[in-house]
Amino acid sequence: MYKYVVNRVLLMLPTLLGAAVLVFIVLRLAPGDVCEMRMAGTGLFADPEAIAVCQENLGLNDSKLEQFGRFIGGYFVGDLGISMWTARPVTEEIAIRFKLSLELAIMATVISVIIAIPLGTISAVKQNTWMDYAVRTFSIAGIAMPSFWLGILIILGLLITTQAWFGSPWMPPIHYIPLFEDPLGNLTQLIWPALATGYRYAAVSTRMTRSALLEVLREDYVRTAHAKGLLNKLIIRRHALKNAMLPVVTIIGIEFAFLMGGLVVTEQVFNLNGIGKLFVESVLNHDFNMTQQLVMLVALIFIITNFLVDLLYAWLDPRIRYA
Amino acid sequence: MASLTADDTTIEAPPRAGFTKSLKDFIRNQPLGAAGGAIVILMIVAAIFADFITVYDPEQISFEAMLVPPQWAYPLGTDNYGRDILTRVIYGARTALFVGFVAAFVGSFIGLVLGVASAYFGGTFDLIFQRVMDVFLAFPLIILALAVVAVLGTGTENVIIAITIPFIPQCARVVRSNALAIREIPYVDAARACGFSHTRIILRHMVPNVMAPFLIMVTAFVGQAILLEASLSYLGLGVQEPVPAWGLMLQGGAEEYAESAPWVAIFPGLAITLAVFAFNLFGDALRDVLDPKLRSER
Repeated sequence: MYKYVVNRVLLMLPTLLGAAVLVFIVLRLAPGDVCEMRMAGTGLFADPEAIAVCQENLGLNDSKLEQFGRFIGGYFVGDLGISMWTARPVTEEIAIRFKLSLELAIMATVISVIIAIPLGTISAVKQNTWMDYAVRTFSIAGIAMPSFWLGILIILGLLITTQAWFGSPWMPPIHYIPLFEDPLGNLTQLIWPALATGYRYAAVSTRMTRSALLEVLREDYVRTAHAKGLLNKLIIRRHALKNAMLPVVTIIGIEFAFLMGGLVVTEQVFNLNGIGKLFVESVLNHDFNMTQQLVMLVALIFIITNFLVDLLYAWLDPRIRYA
Repeated sequence: MASLTADDTTIEAPPRAGFTKSLKDFIRNQPLGAAGGAIVILMIVAAIFADFITVYDPEQISFEAMLVPPQWAYPLGTDNYGRDILTRVIYGARTALFVGFVAAFVGSFIGLVLGVASAYFGGTFDLIFQRVMDVFLAFPLIILALAVVAVLGTGTENVIIAITIPFIPQCARVVRSNALAIREIPYVDAARACGFSHTRIILRHMVPNVMAPFLIMVTAFVGQAILLEASLSYLGLGVQEPVPAWGLMLQGGAEEYAESAPWVAIFPGLAITLAVFAFNLFGDALRDVLDPKLRSER
């Protein structure tokens, strides 16, 4: 087990290095840089000398190899550099948004699990009945519905119902309310985007639960359990569901990783200042440094989540032993 | 009908099911999938003949008819520029389906060839190729697409490329795992023993045998591509005004006037949902029919 963990951690390094090379090259392929964006972006005349000074200060004139060296070298000295747009440390900028994104990702994952596992189970147990069809339609609708549209609909619904019931329209506050300062305010703010994204991810896990459970329900040990007269409920809960959870856990893990970095559009709808929004802004501003660090963060979260999921496997299924 | 004759015994080959019969079987066994297929066909027809079935010009701005609620003259109402929403939804299908089909087919075709080649050659090529794919797979689709848009700029063609690229590793990964199993089957050895070229073995012997997972993936990709295009356009990084596109229709005006003119926000989103819904239903049914493992269990 120990050897396996070390091996896996070592295997992360080439993937991360690959991601670093990829993002570094892609960013430099794009025309323009942050200095041009900052000075000419306003539409006013930009002094070429000022742009040159800015480029010099940010080290954009150094050779590509030097720039890449600084990017990678930063990890060894624990310095991730500054945002080329705001001039504040990257770690600081990310830290502000990370809390919000993490909270939202956890809430959305919890919502999706609460919806997905019972619905997927019903759908599999009552295969090819109206209940199964209803659940399948519900889950395909969740995959088909763009979460930003669902977000717009939720806001619209809130505005209309609050107007009708309380006489004045209400919508979730735009400015982030920290969890520990005002838990209730925080919840009323984040529950809506969490619902909008949670439904979508619930749809994916519902389908996975259904198909995994369908496979398990055909196993011999389930038939044996039936033959010895066990209650159906018990068979599903103790024998079938537990064995069907492996692929579901994988899907939930991958979803969680995506939720941390991929909520670009939902954050836009609810005007939340999270990692996704920061990412779009950095890309548009040609903020190389910030974009690079964000890409590495997303990749790292993704790789670590995958690794944890694999470890969870061994815990869920005692037959799996990593040697 | 083919028949084998040996002395006095005649073995009749079962008749091949005709197209009409296969279609009928599909509708009976997969009613949801058939419904999805029907919606897809309807959308394709509407997109192709958009010029004939709409009355208005999708780009015509009319200040006399701004934010008109749904009524006989404008069945789905008009937007904040006075453009008919039904017309724009129908023309939007053209954009969505064009982007969806091209991105899904090109992306998965490149993925197919790369995935099979990776499995066929194995060794160092496979190892390096897989690590490269790992790097791509470590990002959400939208992040990769955004990165490509940042390099190439916005516009329909660039959006197609931005959506195509993230599909390649996804398809390659699945195809490779299927192709690995096929490589071990003796007919590939036989083909090699016959002295066929690598290209011929890959394209003629291996690719046709991974068609089932490939087709399932293509239908899923079309739906995903439509969603991605809508997301990018919604962010203002995809298709640009005045081209009618569903995601674009939800941007700006839709949110601003959500309360007073909800139809501006509702119908384009409904169109996206319906399109992706239909492709997913169809894809699910296709998987049930094409996947032999599931078929025997049904």
